[in-house]
Amino acid sequence: MSNIVEANKIKTNKISQIFADQKAFIAFLTAGDPSLDKTEEFILAMSEAGADLIEIGIPFSDPIAEGPVIEAANERALSASTTTDKIFAMVARVRQKTAIPLVFLTYINPVFVYGLERFFKSCQEVGINGIIIPDLPFEQKGEILAIAHAHDVDVITLIAPTSQDRIQMLAREATGFIYLVSSMGVTGVRSEIKTDLAAIIKDIRAVTQTPIAVGFGIATPEQATAISQLADGVIVGSAIVRIIAEHGQAATEPLSHYVHKMKAALV
Amino acid sequence: MSKGKYGIHGGQYTPETLMNAIIEVEKAYAHYKNDPAFQAELTELLNEYAGRPSRLYLAKKMTADLGGAKIYLKREDLNHTGSHKINNVLGQALLAKKMGKTRLIAETGAGQHGVATATAAALMGFECEIFMGKEDTDRQALNVFRMELLGAKVHVVTSGTMTLKDAVNQTFREWTTRVDDTHYVLGSVMGPHPFPEMVRDFQSVISKEARAQILEKEGRLPSAVIACVGGGSNAIGAFYNFIADESVRLIGCEAAGKGVDTEQHAATIARGSLGIFHGMKSYFCQDQYGQIAPVYSISAGLDYPGIGPEHANLHDTKRAEYVPITDDEAVAAFEYLSRTEGIIPAIESAHAIAYAMVLAPTMSKDEIIIVNVSGRGDKDVAAIARYKGENIYE
Repeated sequence: MSNIVEANKIKTNKISQIFADQKAFIAFLTAGDPSLDKTEEFILAMSEAGADLIEIGIPFSDPIAEGPVIEAANERALSASTTTDKIFAMVARVRQKTAIPLVFLTYINPVFVYGLERFFKSCQEVGINGIIIPDLPFEQKGEILAIAHAHDVDVITLIAPTSQDRIQMLAREATGFIYLVSSMGVTGVRSEIKTDLAAIIKDIRAVTQTPIAVGFGIATPEQATAISQLADGVIVGSAIVRIIAEHGQAATEPLSHYVHKMKAALV
Repeated sequence: MSKGKYGIHGGQYTPETLMNAIIEVEKAYAHYKNDPAFQAELTELLNEYAGRPSRLYLAKKMTADLGGAKIYLKREDLNHTGSHKINNVLGQALLAKKMGKTRLIAETGAGQHGVATATAAALMGFECEIFMGKEDTDRQALNVFRMELLGAKVHVVTSGTMTLKDAVNQTFREWTTRVDDTHYVLGSVMGPHPFPEMVRDFQSVISKEARAQILEKEGRLPSAVIACVGGGSNAIGAFYNFIADESVRLIGCEAAGKGVDTEQHAATIARGSLGIFHGMKSYFCQDQYGQIAPVYSISAGLDYPGIGPEHANLHDTKRAEYVPITDDEAVAAFEYLSRTEGIIPAIESAHAIAYAMVLAPTMSKDEIIIVNVSGRGDKDVAAIARYKGENIYE
């Protein structure tokens, strides 16, 4: 990235700040769905509508942690010739307009093949605050941690309903926020979340002050209200991607409306 | 700390949702692999049910016709269910039983692994669901009916390239939704640790037998062992007990599809690069951004964009060689072995036969080649006819 981008870049807010005195609403979308220009517009619109952090999905050919809704978004983005380089350029443009924390969500292969040093250096240059890599478990993250931290990128820890005896080991080293997976399976809208989140959250709180955001399956304001009573933040992906799939180029308004409604539901 | 490494390859790149399930398999396998009662029970199943040991057959006509090295065929095609896949499946199904699981899920490409898994499920009383790409359910329709006949539910995978890689994706997704009662019977020496090691151990019976058989028949080791490679389970099984015998060349035959200079191949070693996918670090066919490439082979079982981590390391250390074989070469070998020896090999195995046809004439008559015939070709007959322009359907 060029020095010009550096010069115009807005200094970003830290991830931890968004949880300081409120419950956070975290919105996910897939970069390049339906186009990178639209992704830029959607990010800014959701930010203005009340989103506190945006997760930007770097599309991958084989997103094994995703359900059909986000998987289809990955396919649409790749069909539109979205690449990691073009996504960095898009983020650099977004960074000239907003200070909202931005986090990448992608799989380990696009990061590894791009080159770890090159990838995280670019993240720092364009102002990415963190990264979520579903197929990089605790045992393997040592490979990227030092490089990511050297470039001020938090590697977000995922905790699942099946983590059980692993919870405290995972939580102890978490930075940025903890992504608590609400239910088993892949991403996608669910009518009911059965996991005993309160018990897991209690285990996490015993070892860390790092904020906890809950994702997977959350779509309605009612669900958002319920989750926000337990956790520090609510993450919504598939429901947003579905709005984009349905409205395409014209999704900006419905997205703003949805994010505003969801943010207002947090207590 | 990283487990299950083969040189720089391997590891355990699994979503957190599956980590405890994987660790459970790892612990159970570490225990039972050293348990004499488990091993005795598995040997009994392999011998009495699957029909082991498989024959090491001297292909006299083929040897005479090619005019070089003596060719032996390791007849994994004669196993119950018609391929080497049953070796691994019986091992994993028995392990799943010991772990108290009641449901088996598996991916399949050509359908052989799905059939083997459905068979073991029927035998041992598991619920069974198989995931298979739409491309493959079309070209291997017979195997879909076989799985259903055996009581399995077959899910047609319509995402991505609709082949083996996508079937693996979907089986992993299914596993994350239900881990408590379910074991994922991974079909090749790939995926996160402990799968590459466990599947290799279960398949290494091939080379354990073949080494003893050749020493008994010939009193010496072969000059080369040849096997086809997709993920690489039959090849690692055929190589494993020869790895320490440095005089034995180990040769894996990759699917070159329409040629390694086209975009339509699955030749991971010839054209792939280092990556991390499906739980392991290894070589993959992919682009400069790490997007996994759509691969192609006439053979559904070799139509996979990666290779098991132990093979990647055998390549790095130059202990094994990997050669690309095109569709045309494989089809010619399929017909050649059928006519010459009266053995119809799986189109996957025909890739290994094809390279034996190239190599044997360059070797002296006192040298020996062992070719692993990993499966039988009945399932491929209709597809080969279509390839030859004859419009027959199953």
